[in-house]
Amino acid sequence: MIEAVSPALPLLLGAALAVLLRGRARDAVSVAAAVAALGLVLLLPDREGGRIGWLGFRLVTVAVDPAARLFGAAFAIAALAGIVHALAQRNPLERAAALLYAGAALGIVFAGDLVTFTIFFELLAVGSTLVVWSGGRRAAALRYAAVHAFAGALLIAGAAAASAGGVTTFAAVAEAGPLARGLLLAGLLVNAGAFPFSFWVADAYPKASWSGAVFLSAFTTKAAVYGLIRLFPGESALVVFGAATVVYGAIYALNTRDLRALLSYSIVGQVGIMLMAVGTGSALALAAAALHAFAHVVYKAMMMMAAGGLVDAQGRTPLGAIGPFRRSMPVTALVLAIGALALSGLPLTAGFVSKSALSAALGKEGAAFAWFLLTASSAATFLYAVCRPLLLIETGAAARPLADPSPSRLAPMVLLAALTLAIGFVPAALLGRIPGTGAIAVLTPDHIVFQLAVLAAAALVLLLARAVILPGAATLHDIDSLWRTPLWRVVARWLGRPVATYGRARAGVVAVLRNALAGLERQHGPQGALGRNWPTGSMALSAAILLGATLLLAYI
Amino acid sequence: MREHAPVLMVVVPLFGAVLAALVRRPGPAFAVALACGFAVAALAIDLAVAVSAGGPISYRLGGWAPDVGIEYRVDALNVPILLLLGVTAAVATVYARRSVASELPVGRVAWFYALYLLCLTGLIGIALTNDAFNAFVFLEISSLATYAMIALGRDRRALVAAYQYLIIGTIGATFYVIGVGFLFLATGTLNLSLIAERLGEAEAARAVVTGLAFVLVGIAMKVALFPLHLWLPNAYAYAPSFATVFLGATATKVAVYLLFRYVFSVFGAAFVFEALPTGALLIALSLAAAFGASTVAIFQSDVKRLLAYSSVGQIGYATLGLALGNAAGLTGGLVHLLNHAMMKGAAFMAVGAVVFRLGTCRLEAFAGLGRAMPATMAALTVAGLGLIGVPGTAGFVSKWYLIKGALEAGMPWLALLIVASSILALLYVGRLVELIWLRPRPADAAPVAEAPLELLLPTLALAAATIWFGLDTRFTAGLAQAATVGLFGGAR
Repeated sequence: MIEAVSPALPLLLGAALAVLLRGRARDAVSVAAAVAALGLVLLLPDREGGRIGWLGFRLVTVAVDPAARLFGAAFAIAALAGIVHALAQRNPLERAAALLYAGAALGIVFAGDLVTFTIFFELLAVGSTLVVWSGGRRAAALRYAAVHAFAGALLIAGAAAASAGGVTTFAAVAEAGPLARGLLLAGLLVNAGAFPFSFWVADAYPKASWSGAVFLSAFTTKAAVYGLIRLFPGESALVVFGAATVVYGAIYALNTRDLRALLSYSIVGQVGIMLMAVGTGSALALAAAALHAFAHVVYKAMMMMAAGGLVDAQGRTPLGAIGPFRRSMPVTALVLAIGALALSGLPLTAGFVSKSALSAALGKEGAAFAWFLLTASSAATFLYAVCRPLLLIETGAAARPLADPSPSRLAPMVLLAALTLAIGFVPAALLGRIPGTGAIAVLTPDHIVFQLAVLAAAALVLLLARAVILPGAATLHDIDSLWRTPLWRVVARWLGRPVATYGRARAGVVAVLRNALAGLERQHGPQGALGRNWPTGSMALSAAILLGATLLLAYI
Repeated sequence: MREHAPVLMVVVPLFGAVLAALVRRPGPAFAVALACGFAVAALAIDLAVAVSAGGPISYRLGGWAPDVGIEYRVDALNVPILLLLGVTAAVATVYARRSVASELPVGRVAWFYALYLLCLTGLIGIALTNDAFNAFVFLEISSLATYAMIALGRDRRALVAAYQYLIIGTIGATFYVIGVGFLFLATGTLNLSLIAERLGEAEAARAVVTGLAFVLVGIAMKVALFPLHLWLPNAYAYAPSFATVFLGATATKVAVYLLFRYVFSVFGAAFVFEALPTGALLIALSLAAAFGASTVAIFQSDVKRLLAYSSVGQIGYATLGLALGNAAGLTGGLVHLLNHAMMKGAAFMAVGAVVFRLGTCRLEAFAGLGRAMPATMAALTVAGLGLIGVPGTAGFVSKWYLIKGALEAGMPWLALLIVASSILALLYVGRLVELIWLRPRPADAAPVAEAPLELLLPTLALAAATIWFGLDTRFTAGLAQAATVGLFGGAR
């Protein structure tokens, strides 16, 4: 019986109940839903189930294999930790949205066919948009919605094209035409935040609420990585996109002055590494990508929680201003430090385990370019996550008295930190569960020495070039500046014409549009020909005309 | 007893109408209407089960043979319509008591229920009968009752609306009966199955074509096919809320059913689409409805009128499915009748609840209502999403089949236009949703309570059905597919 129940189901039901319930009941239902989802992820047998017929499609809502279970476990853990962490969040919309979002993410992971997969990806877009929206920054939410509506359209079009022959299995994608594959790949890459579609990550995530950012950091990009593992293993274009994404993430993370923006750029960079591994395509590389996603979800969620604590306490998270909190918020500081070290891949953390697996996989494949970028990115990560924040810390008094947040917010952070360290100390416990990675020896002297050498070299670079690296850019321009600064202004500057000419031209276009709308309203509005009340006689006349026309046409 | 179920479906509400008129008092009259509503629903379900188990049922009134007497016939095509009528009657009547009591003077309530039951009788009769002239009689019964129901609306403009509908409806009925006369001339029978059989050997092809034109245009006026829809917005806007709910969910659907019946089981698709440019004309008019009427809906300032114009647009989808003439298109058209009945029923019920609480359904009265009447407004929102055709709602299922039909007919541009017309629905629903959920309630507005349970439960039931049948399409699409198979299999 249990094999027919998708782990998405309890979360989606929880989302519906969270809309209806209030107070304690809602908290209890939310946590119970997340626990049930985690339980299902761990208990489901390794096979397909939950078949449903819908509009003539055969949907498979539960398909379990090791990769699905690993991603599912990461998402379910993030959902549970995120929900407990968000119990203190008063915004009722965000709770329902987060449950929907988490449910959709698990639905994607356990989807057994292309249609189910696409449907859950659309739900994911809705849930995540609502989470951003509940952060209160409406304009950012609308931009996020626009990007994901676009990505969703690409995915639907791709799925429709790939299943045009009536076969909706994942295997159909491998044999699909270039158009279908291109659309699906583009849709997934936008969702993954791959360069040049990375701008939305650092635009939206720092603007979510302190609790919402945790969910955002865990689900969308990793769900897309999972989708790429399912649909495009070994697609060589992914190596190129991944490499560009790694470089983008490192450069922007090194230049930002805000903690949550830094975490967002770092998500993009780490996803880039996963993309390169998926593009390499060997079984070991795919397993390593999944492993890195798991580790990354765990430590990035906890760092977002810590950053959320700072946002909540200070209202802002500039890197320089995190100094005063070290003594007054010791647990938050410790969690953030463990996260930063895990992110840099320091030995005895989860990050080291997954990076060792990646390094082994890429090295064995002879993917020298990808391996080199992986190593460089480790160094860059150490620079932006550990060295630069340490050097930027200002010592001074905080604007407000600070303290660690309440236990319901601290507990999940601490548990995730413990998990990060546990994986670091006993890598075999996790590696043994994934086929193909059990043979990788992580904590060997050469691995450790090599990683430490890389990190030391990075620190050296910082000392030599601190004048360049430390300040960071005043404003970060991203691809989206292309359309976020009004295009006509750019064109005007480019052509060297006075801006006023283009202002007039723009006013002209606006006037034409206004006139068209007014014309539409004249025609269709309450007083328009189509909208107003007609005398009875003219109604009868139109009937007579229609009859006459029909008869006339019949006899011609 | 069970073999008389077809005739009981007509007789029960007919006698109910007489009884409601006789008791004169609102309470007992409502009880009669409620009992009739549930009885009709039970009979419809019983007939549906019997047809799915044993095939079409033919019921001869008074035992007369079909060529002399009147035959009622229940088959795969009218089972969905009978279920639609029965279930709507049951669900909507629950809604009726408080809504009618608040909008009509006490002395007229019993009359109103009598009219409602007469209208129900007429609609069921149209769906059941296999006799062309008998269908005309039932058409008139339902229409006359409808005119009077509309005229009972509080707004004085209801009188003008009823008068206009009376004139147009009468012209439509006249066209229809003239067409039936031509058919009788050509075939010598009024039984639809027999007409279909004898049309092949009829010599007077000209009379048949003329008859077809009259019948189609006559029914099209009842369907409110664009541009013959002008009576509908006022009639729906000014009628009592409950009448709007019931008519919006059923009346035009039954007329569309009659169109399906004539086109496919009487004349045959080959004849209709070849003898007349019906296909092209119907596609053009359906698209004009979907675009024109939906655009008008965007500019409306009265929510009932907005939904009424949306109905004209949505009916366009049903006739579009008919015009496509292939299996997927027909399934889409038929399933849209059911789905639209749920969605529009829920929407009109929610608006009726607002009228109940606020006494108005002006657009600006909805500002910030999401906080005051969350459940009602949630139902309205779900219904709105269905009208747009958002996946996961019933509206998506119908559009899915229509798009499939358009692609199978080799008209990809039509599929694109169907999607494009959804954007218009997005605009008029979006306007409402924005007003309801994102605007604050005006500071000087009187406090509003959630709608009473009697209004709320039927509304929520239909909204839930909109989602349920969007996810689980086996039942609705299964009914429509069975009907389509019946039409193409020549089962008459």
